[in-house]
Amino acid sequence: MPSAPSKLYADDVSLLVVTLDTNPFFWSTFSVSFSDFLSQVLAFLNSILLLSQLNQLVVIATGCNSCGYVYDSASSKNHAPPTASMPALYSNLLHNLEQFVARDQKLSKPDHDTQGIVPASLLSGALSMALCYIQRAFRSGSMHPQPRILCLQGSADGPEQYVAIMNAIFSAQRSTVPIDSCYIGSNNSAFLQQASYITGGIYYKPPQLDGLFQYLSTVFATDLHSRAFLRLPKSLGVDFRASCFCHKQTIDMGYVCSVCLSIFCERHDKCSTCGSVFGQAKQDVTSANSKKRKA
Amino acid sequence: MSSGQVIKRAKYKTTVKDPGTPGVIKLTGEKFVFRPNDPTSHNKLEVDFRLIKSHKNTKEGSNKPPWLNLTHSQGSYIFELESFSDLHVCRDLVGVALSKHGEAAKVISEEQLSPAEMTLRIKLLQEDSKLQKLHKELVASGKLTESEFWATKKKLLDRDESRKLKQRIGYKNSLIFDTKPTSDGRINQVKFQLTPEIKYQIFALKPAVHQAFLKFVPSKMSEVDFWNKYFKAEYLHSTKNAVAAAAEAAEDEDLAVFLKDDEILEVESRKKVRRVDPTLDMEADEGDDYTHLPDHGLFRDGSKEISGAQNTLYQRTLLQDLNRQGAVVLEGKTLDMEMEPPRTVAEALARRKQGESDGAVEEERRNRISKMTQIEDLQAQNDHHFAPLCIKDPREYFDSQQANAVKTLNDSQGGSVKIRCSLSSEEAYGCLRASISNIKAIGLRDPLFSHEVAVKVLNGLTKNISSTKYHLGKNSQDSVLDILPNATKEKLLDHWVSSQELLRHFWSSYPITTQNLASKTKRLKDAMSQVYSKLEEIKISAQSDLRHQVSLVVHPMQQALDAALLHYEADIKKRNAKGPKPNGYV
Repeated sequence: MPSAPSKLYADDVSLLVVTLDTNPFFWSTFSVSFSDFLSQVLAFLNSILLLSQLNQLVVIATGCNSCGYVYDSASSKNHAPPTASMPALYSNLLHNLEQFVARDQKLSKPDHDTQGIVPASLLSGALSMALCYIQRAFRSGSMHPQPRILCLQGSADGPEQYVAIMNAIFSAQRSTVPIDSCYIGSNNSAFLQQASYITGGIYYKPPQLDGLFQYLSTVFATDLHSRAFLRLPKSLGVDFRASCFCHKQTIDMGYVCSVCLSIFCERHDKCSTCGSVFGQAKQDVTSANSKKRKA
Repeated sequence: MSSGQVIKRAKYKTTVKDPGTPGVIKLTGEKFVFRPNDPTSHNKLEVDFRLIKSHKNTKEGSNKPPWLNLTHSQGSYIFELESFSDLHVCRDLVGVALSKHGEAAKVISEEQLSPAEMTLRIKLLQEDSKLQKLHKELVASGKLTESEFWATKKKLLDRDESRKLKQRIGYKNSLIFDTKPTSDGRINQVKFQLTPEIKYQIFALKPAVHQAFLKFVPSKMSEVDFWNKYFKAEYLHSTKNAVAAAAEAAEDEDLAVFLKDDEILEVESRKKVRRVDPTLDMEADEGDDYTHLPDHGLFRDGSKEISGAQNTLYQRTLLQDLNRQGAVVLEGKTLDMEMEPPRTVAEALARRKQGESDGAVEEERRNRISKMTQIEDLQAQNDHHFAPLCIKDPREYFDSQQANAVKTLNDSQGGSVKIRCSLSSEEAYGCLRASISNIKAIGLRDPLFSHEVAVKVLNGLTKNISSTKYHLGKNSQDSVLDILPNATKEKLLDHWVSSQELLRHFWSSYPITTQNLASKTKRLKDAMSQVYSKLEEIKISAQSDLRHQVSLVVHPMQQALDAALLHYEADIKKRNAKGPKPNGYV
């Protein structure tokens, strides 16, 4: 399909980069326990590797203070020995995940305790890491599997990451890497909806979380080539709302810089992004006219 | 004050200089009455406010006395009041009275149509049976007024209007350049016949002459002198003697103006060349003559006379003349040329020329360049592997936006409160780590999930996918309609058209700034809820095997109506809410 087919092993070999939401605050408030979620995901990851010998799998943990690679099937540093109860993939991943969580905790700022609000996971960082990995795959060696990204996300969007996430989405679009998203949180995630919509991936919010493995294996396990022949769930609605650049709030209506298209929730005299000076029109006229309806 | 009447002492003046008749003025909502103190005076007045067009008054602090000036169609009534406070009271009342009458007058004028307009509307209705049906349904039932209905159909009316353009008289397609002199043959003198039309045409053909006329005529020379000079120059041209022309020009600088090439024309022809397809390599940027290219020159006289470089200035070519003549004739004339003095003809022409702005031309040129220079080979391939950010399918887009709108409504009512996390970060991280080590110890759950769940998931996915197929298949829409019995189909289509019309009217009346709009939205809302219930009826009355399809068709219509009704309710609530009202709200 896309990007230089000669460099692909075969049309059904994929490089799957999974971002795993490990936001402790989210999981401690969510109805499904992290261990239940993780066991279903682990089974799914294993089945991805079983689909083809050449399939490659990378798992990135998305914490609320940092992100990190927790598993790479191509890496030789998978040192945890296989135990009787579980294969090497699981034990390696869990081992790295534990280390990551410990690291993430050390980075946490003390003021999070007082606020008591679930902070957003660093999805933008995870996406950037995934894209970096994919770019390396593109550049190294003569052959590479076909990449795609799968976001397993539960915590709500962090509007402050809007610009970073949109940039990641557009760079994924440019390198024709689809971003699939499986959102398990309570409301829909506007970021992931947009990410999947723009990059041509699948956005799905499984209604029944105890059957998560089945959703994952039916909807998200299919490689890009096979998708052409399958009818996969299509999301009916995409939330195109943007975050303003000034206060990082999600807005329905706002002001758009006519030069660089930066979005603001209130009138400014000067664009903070590109420095363009806006004309001084009559106040009530502008509020009626230049308030563009977003999306 | 606004309710009752005002009686003040005042002087009535017919003109500003009139000393005025002292008396009493009585103002009511409908009219004003002036009674002079002297009962024998003729200056009694009783005037309806309907006849008053506007009112003015002198400012406090200015050195003028407090005057109230009421303008009617023939002149004005001026009242000098005793003090400015009196004046303000009167002015307020007049203002209220006039605005009331003004509004009433407007409403009347809306309903009173010219017969031409009426016949046009009737004709449009006759031509378009669908429009007629819609008109009958909406206007006859009182859901919309006649003028409201046609307000959104302005395009139809305008288009018809433009068809009636009259043909204008153009120029005669004869070469003015050859205004033939008449000679009586006895003396060494020639006569030229000049009519204003010819003058006008000369100005149009030769902007330089036109400019010279504007510049020289009253100040430097008389009109007769001017035309004498002009025809002398013409004569020199007609003698086909470039050398002689050059010699004459050197002697008389005024004459040189006529003999030289027309600079303005050159600029214009350069502009014209710029309008040519920019990918075409035109070497002819020096004018629309090709004479500078060897062997393409076609001299007016056809002789092979070789003249010096400086004399070429004084040559004109037949080709140029023909081109110019053609251009002017095509441009046509837009001025009425009664027997106007040439000066005014010239000025009118100048005014017209100014109107044609260069900006638009330049803009058009740039657009053409950008269109032309897009060479297909150099464009990126169009088959994107990703979904470009554009609205491809408006229906799909609407569905999605509707979903968002409904969702945000729910969000704003309660879901927007962020989930509070009671745990400290210590505890939260501990929890997470405990779950990880839990898996590590126990391993995965042995049956990952029960088979009941698996069946549920499978059914859920299948249903989801098959329903999205119905939603998104573009052709399924038509096929669904075709399945339905004809009567239902017709009904559905009718409702669709009328609901679209109602919705258009509904949304265009926001924000509600006048009482009129408020009542209009109320009417529309009632009409829409009628349509809504009718749709509901259709849905229920449909046969059971078609019910699903019908509801699929009806659903988006009801969604659109729902959105409007919701908006109406929200707006009513907002406007009934206490507190300061935002600008413009009634």
